[in-house]
Amino acid sequence: MATQDLRMGAAAPRVALLYNPRFRSIITQVVVALALIALIAWFVDNTITNLRRANIASGFGFLYSRAGFDISFSLIPYTNDSTYLRAIAVGTLNTILVAVMGIVTATIIGFIVGVGRLSRNWLIRAISTVYVETFRNIPPLLVIFFWYFGVISALPTVRDSIALPFGSFLNSRGFFFPKVIWGEGAWLIPVAFIVAIALVLFVRSRAKARQEATGQRFPVVWTSIALLIGLPLLAFFVSGMPATLDFPKKSVFNLTGGMTLAPELLSLYLALSFYTASFIAEIVRAGIRGVSKGQTEAAYALGLRPRSALNLVVVPQAMRIAIPPLASQYLNLTKNSSLAIAIGFPDLVAIGGTTLNQTGQSVEVVVLWLVIYLAISLVTSAFMNWFNARVALVER
Amino acid sequence: MKTIIKAALGTALLALGASAASADTLSDVKAKGFLQCGVNTGLAGFSAPDDKGEWTGIDADFCRAVAAAVFGDATKVRFSPLSAKERFTALQSGEVDILSRNTTWTVNRDTALGLNFVGVTYYDGQGFMLNSKKIPGVNSALQLSGASVCVQSGTTTELNLADYFKANKMEYNPVVFEKVEEANAAYDAGRCDVYTTDQSGLYGTRLTLSNPDDHIVLPEIISKEPLGPAVRQGDDKWYHIVKWVYFAQLTAEELGITQANVEEMKNSENPEIRRVLGTEADTKIGTDLGLTNDWVVNIVKGVGNYGEMFERNVGSGSALKIARGLNGLWTKGGLQYAPPIR
Repeated sequence: MATQDLRMGAAAPRVALLYNPRFRSIITQVVVALALIALIAWFVDNTITNLRRANIASGFGFLYSRAGFDISFSLIPYTNDSTYLRAIAVGTLNTILVAVMGIVTATIIGFIVGVGRLSRNWLIRAISTVYVETFRNIPPLLVIFFWYFGVISALPTVRDSIALPFGSFLNSRGFFFPKVIWGEGAWLIPVAFIVAIALVLFVRSRAKARQEATGQRFPVVWTSIALLIGLPLLAFFVSGMPATLDFPKKSVFNLTGGMTLAPELLSLYLALSFYTASFIAEIVRAGIRGVSKGQTEAAYALGLRPRSALNLVVVPQAMRIAIPPLASQYLNLTKNSSLAIAIGFPDLVAIGGTTLNQTGQSVEVVVLWLVIYLAISLVTSAFMNWFNARVALVER
Repeated sequence: MKTIIKAALGTALLALGASAASADTLSDVKAKGFLQCGVNTGLAGFSAPDDKGEWTGIDADFCRAVAAAVFGDATKVRFSPLSAKERFTALQSGEVDILSRNTTWTVNRDTALGLNFVGVTYYDGQGFMLNSKKIPGVNSALQLSGASVCVQSGTTTELNLADYFKANKMEYNPVVFEKVEEANAAYDAGRCDVYTTDQSGLYGTRLTLSNPDDHIVLPEIISKEPLGPAVRQGDDKWYHIVKWVYFAQLTAEELGITQANVEEMKNSENPEIRRVLGTEADTKIGTDLGLTNDWVVNIVKGVGNYGEMFERNVGSGSALKIARGLNGLWTKGGLQYAPPIR
């Protein structure tokens, strides 16, 4: 360094700048950033040039033209006259629907099985272990095929549907059940439900305040259930029972009328739930095992009953261990829902694929796929991070 | 997932593949030493592997004819089985040199997709098939209101289906699959009442069902489906070669040149036959195309004329037993017509 300073003479401060760690790190970062931008620009330019040379139309304008194909299952109104944009929205909503349903069910099953693996009862423990080891070691696609071809296709045909209570039917075309058609004045029922939720929150905070002040407890759970069911029911009778049922009926080909859970949705939902539940069970088990035995013993020593000890001491601490890996499983479930394509459920990949083929806009559709999946995953992880922060240990 | 990967790979090829999609396909193919041909994953009569793993069918044979014209050897072909969804990206990105996969010629595909269809190797139309044992009494497509219909995604079939039911004010429930095999399996398992695709495809599919005789193909044809091979835009030389291979097969049938008699036909006195087979003095037809002058001889030796190719794969020589109908030569009441080779 010193010799260089001597040789450079007047330029000495600039040499010093070159060896300044801050200066160097800024330079490195700028160079890397420029190289990255140049690389992306080259990619984009090359793509555009190649597309133009091959005479392939590009741009997202195609999203506003008529799709022309039908979709078997949609949460929002869709006909073949709708646009490609709407078709993609239908696919996105279907993906989200399967993901949400799957996440809820997988969490419930996973929790039960996870606790079951720690049970003192040998049979429950054995069944839970077999469940985990079976589903965890099979590729999810095979689980989907198992439900689709193995279980639901094996159900009786439409002609010999299994009749279930309340006018519903089960056959190889899915689960058919009556549809409720709401009449006039039905708006009172959701309003009553919202009022009930507000009341429940109010009762909860009052009960907590009272317990902390006086030590007296209030049966919050039972009151909440009574409110949540009772108020809408009351509204239903007060408004003069404004609902009629549309039952599924047999026609030449299918059962018509009512509502249908198609086999594609049903098998995808069951397969993803059962598959992911096996991983969640292990996460729950790890979480509970991760809470040291001393915590339980201390809770017992304070006079808590086993159930309270589990609910108040063990589970909150186990949650802290379980939530980060749980978030990964939720993301996996969402991404695995793209396997729907194998059994023909119209999810984002399936509808995007159809769009890709009808329009030939492969670059645009792949970009849409990436952006939408990324957005869904980022929202899921943002929520799980927020939840994790909420249950994190607050050190006092 | 696999589809995404394939689509993404295709897209990446579009982004990077400057060399893959170069504008001189003939030189590329000659340098490689074989023709890469995109075919169906399995459609009896068009392109399906036989019990020895050899690709058979009109579409597969057409690729062999092109290879025969280029190399003088019909076996210098490698086949890429493609789903309906993968096919265009595969051709656009240069993964295959020619797409010969029962693909319907439409204006959108000719323009927005950057393809060039070379001709119609099979005139088809969309129809419906159902199980007459399970659903007796239905003998017209107009009685199909309320049916579940199995269909392959990303096809013109899917769009025609929507149009047909809409035009006739009928309802239906589409069950859409990505692969032919999945759609076939679901129809066979009773997931759908009706199966729809091109009529030739229905006959081909029927052979693979568990009880072929229970299934009937309804009489209605609801669309025009001109099926033909396609190449990339921007390479006229290659486009002409593939187009004239098809015309050469038609011309050979018209002139009565067959696989069996092509050698003796070379000595024919008929100037037209001599011109087509390149035995005329100072002929330049083959070399002008960028091939050798005996290109038609090679094609006919390799796979036969159009009629032979048809009868062997879908006609009387096959299990499908489809009549020539629209696919007969123009001289026999069909639509197959080739411009003169001169």
